[in-house]
Amino acid sequence: MSGLRYVYAVCRPFGTPLPAQLTGVAGVPPKQLVHHDLVAVVGHVPEGDFAEEPLRAHLEDLDWLGATARAHQNVIDALTVVTTPLPLRLATVFRDDSGVRTMMQERKETFLRTLDRLDGRVEWGVKVYSEPEPEPEPESEPGRTGRTGRTGSGRDYLRQRRNQRREHEEKWEQAEQFARRLHESLSGYAEDTRIHAPQNAALSRAPGRNILNAAYLVPRTESEAFVELVDRTKDDAPGLRVELTGPWAAYSFSGEDA
Amino acid sequence: MTTAQRFPDPYGHGGGANLADILERVLDKGIVIAGDIRINLLDIELLTIKLRLIVASVDKAKEMGIDWWETDPQLSSRAGRDELVRENAELRAHVAELQGTRAEVPARERRPSEEEAQE
Repeated sequence: MSGLRYVYAVCRPFGTPLPAQLTGVAGVPPKQLVHHDLVAVVGHVPEGDFAEEPLRAHLEDLDWLGATARAHQNVIDALTVVTTPLPLRLATVFRDDSGVRTMMQERKETFLRTLDRLDGRVEWGVKVYSEPEPEPEPESEPGRTGRTGRTGSGRDYLRQRRNQRREHEEKWEQAEQFARRLHESLSGYAEDTRIHAPQNAALSRAPGRNILNAAYLVPRTESEAFVELVDRTKDDAPGLRVELTGPWAAYSFSGEDA
Repeated sequence: MTTAQRFPDPYGHGGGANLADILERVLDKGIVIAGDIRINLLDIELLTIKLRLIVASVDKAKEMGIDWWETDPQLSSRAGRDELVRENAELRAHVAELQGTRAEVPARERRPSEEEAQE
């Protein structure tokens, strides 16, 4: 049977079978390809979608990309339940098994070193949003307009604008302070942290503005305490929203330089 | 050797994860390996740059405060704004460059069936 090899992750050999109904990219169940001390988790995908030209076209299609990303993540999630996977970037594709083996052989030392470093750790994502702001009311300041006549004064207008801006800035300052404090206290439970760019609301569909978007590498044994800490902070900041995601495979910490 | 038992999973997997959470990990993070199908670098780079451009252009001036961790807190917001404008211009130039190298095969035009299906 022809087909390409889509590689999801590299792991240490693990004894637990993956769920029988698990499917990945292209609706295909992932298989294990063992190479010495390493296992690549691989799916056979059709050339019609994953050869160079069709893949290039697909990657420009946000719907295809979203569905494929979810399928990829589905497999990584299942692996995270049974082992510590080293997740590969989306759409890492080889022609055949021997190409995958060659890649594993070439990178064996790095894989093993990184797997040791991440063993028993998971990634938690924490985001802070400011709730959407209400429309600013055009407030009038009674008793002020009289001094300069009913035409209203430029000075009053400027003062209002200045007050509004000051309120806005104070709100931001509070939000930033909260995010900073939260990040500091969560970092105390984490072995490593990454701060990612704030998310685009058009893509996340999350209301409000994303102020903090951070990832924390946390030992599984510490995860419960970490989650409880996040839960406790949720009510601390009126007007702000804290969101927790995970446990993820250690995506943000799998780089060789990490 | 990793233990062969299942780890307890009390928190539920990715329950609160949105598409942006997933894309930022599977596209931007994770290990980068050049497979036999060597197209992913250029295309994924192009796409993530597009996504970042959207981020940079939404609600411009108001968004400028959100990069507090990347800039010295002593810096004025003006400095941050200038930096973002500069970065935006750079990214746009980069997108134009990448699109220029691929101008002969625009992806959108190769998928007429999709547009027909949408009526």
